[in-house]
Amino acid sequence: MSETTLSQPQRNIVSRLWNDKETRSIIIQIIAFAAIFALFFYMVRNAVINLEAIGKDISFDFLWQPASYDISQSLVEYTSRSSHFTAMIVGIINTLLIAVFGILLSTVLGFLLGVLRLSKNWVTNKLAYVYIEYTRNVPVLLHILLIHGLIVHALPLPKNAINVSDAAFLTNRGFFLPSPEIQPLFWFVLALFVMGIIFSIWFRSYAKRVQDETGKYYPVFWISLSAIMGFPLIMYFLLGSPIDWQIPELKGFNYKGGMVIRPEFIALWIALSCYTAAFIGEIVRSGITAVSWGQTEAASALGVSRGRTLSLVVIPQALRIIIPPLTSQYLNITKNSSLAIAIGYMDIVATIGGISLNQTGREMECMTIVLLLYLTFSLLISAFMNWYNKRIKLTER
Amino acid sequence: MSNSTQIGTEQMNTDQDNIVIRINQMHKWYGQFHVLKDINLDVTRGEKIVICGPSGSGKSTMIRCINRLEEHQKGDIIVDGTELTNDLKNIEAVRREVGMVFQHFNLFPHLTVLENCTLAPIWVRKTPRLEAEEIAMQYLERVKIPDQANKFPGQLSGGQQQRVAIARSLCMKPRIMLFDEPTSALDPEMIKEVLDVMIELASEGITMLCVTHEMGFAKTVADRVIFMDGGEIIEENVPQEFFDNPQHERTKLFLSQILNH
Repeated sequence: MSETTLSQPQRNIVSRLWNDKETRSIIIQIIAFAAIFALFFYMVRNAVINLEAIGKDISFDFLWQPASYDISQSLVEYTSRSSHFTAMIVGIINTLLIAVFGILLSTVLGFLLGVLRLSKNWVTNKLAYVYIEYTRNVPVLLHILLIHGLIVHALPLPKNAINVSDAAFLTNRGFFLPSPEIQPLFWFVLALFVMGIIFSIWFRSYAKRVQDETGKYYPVFWISLSAIMGFPLIMYFLLGSPIDWQIPELKGFNYKGGMVIRPEFIALWIALSCYTAAFIGEIVRSGITAVSWGQTEAASALGVSRGRTLSLVVIPQALRIIIPPLTSQYLNITKNSSLAIAIGYMDIVATIGGISLNQTGREMECMTIVLLLYLTFSLLISAFMNWYNKRIKLTER
Repeated sequence: MSNSTQIGTEQMNTDQDNIVIRINQMHKWYGQFHVLKDINLDVTRGEKIVICGPSGSGKSTMIRCINRLEEHQKGDIIVDGTELTNDLKNIEAVRREVGMVFQHFNLFPHLTVLENCTLAPIWVRKTPRLEAEEIAMQYLERVKIPDQANKFPGQLSGGQQQRVAIARSLCMKPRIMLFDEPTSALDPEMIKEVLDVMIELASEGITMLCVTHEMGFAKTVADRVIFMDGGEIIEENVPQEFFDNPQHERTKLFLSQILNH
């Protein structure tokens, strides 16, 4: 009788299903799915009931009403009489501006830091080390406030502006730079630039073909660089500089003309880039050290030069390790740009998720828009980086 | 074997030009640690040398000095008429002529077997790709794995990987080959396939320096066996004499340890 618990047919059905690997996995999935669905249903229902109780509906009509507030930095036409929708577009552009410029600067700085950290030179190595440890151990919000504070308080008023060769003026109201006014002849320069790019693409494959056939190789990078940058530049000066630079001038209390980069943009850009660069530096360093020293030795033993060892052997392998965490950093910088609100930079959160929300009282709608926008940007970045990762991974096995 | 040494002594004068590697009073330190002590070694063209000794005796370090994967601090090393100094161009020139096979293969995992073999000929010797690939296929055939040419190193067995590594070195048509414990990381049944390739290579007149514990290999191909211990060359002799009649106590002890198991 005591053996009945051990014999198969006598075990109850629940125990039998639960102890089967496959059915157990199905049961767990059903339970998890049901729980998530129930939670979601509860939250939506809660929102609907509460909105009904205070007599609110969900409507996006407010987007077409006048926003009635000013935005300091706008790349599209915007006045306080533009709609909330236009304000949102301005916010999106400002967020993307910070994200794109931030990603570019942080990548350059980060790779530089990573390489410096690996340097055998004691001074550069330790400098990079101190920079990284200081930067990444202080909250990014403090960096933003600090740099903003430095620009606003340490830089002079427009009347005492720091004058950079009579063309650019650094003040606490922003950096005033000359703005280009394009003359017709400039289109020749631009055409040459485009031709340079097309030439470079062709030259790349041509150089590869020549190398395959004769073994000779050209300095593809330098030739491409001079085709894209050098010749257009020479053409530019030959044509007598066909751009009129409009130099900002001090009129009254501030500079007029030219273009201005606002202190908020500079502060946010520099702070986010420097902060993220510290993380990218560590990612790059770990990626390169993860490629075993034996790889470098094997290439050296074959007589391959240091530069080619890096570009043909070490970097292709390091990139595979670097790209996934680098993607996370790009997502971080994009999302951290929402801290813009702390210094009054008008990004998505400050426009549609801030002032528009306060003025219209449409919190559900505004927050949904903000959430969806960030989600879209992040997923787009992820998609691109995953595509790139797959592309360089394909060459492994 | 003893014949060849006799001929060697008769031709002392011409040997002066025939010396491809000359190591003269060479010392090396790792910090305070004196790894190599007063190494003197002349290698004539086409000579096969096997270097053995207990672990930590400095044998790997010594052959790694020959293509300057390690720097020596005192004395001179002259390879094929070029003295090894800090001159990077000289170092690269020597490395082009000196092939090396490592214990852990060190194949490039992101490149196919064929690409592993053509990388250096294409980028260092400026060989046209098709020609480089032809040469690579020849050597892959010699190491008996032409059918693996388009696979990645990760898909091959250890023995196959080491044979690819040998082919990769040979593609640079080196005059000297260095082997740094080429079979130590292999499973027993794969050691033979690698040794067979090395024995075949030895019969073709290339200069070979090989750090190994494979005493059978030493007896078959070596012109000279060198025994190292504690960073010094303790004893060197033709294989027959070395194995049958070792002179030093440490050599006897070492031989009894590795031959009696």
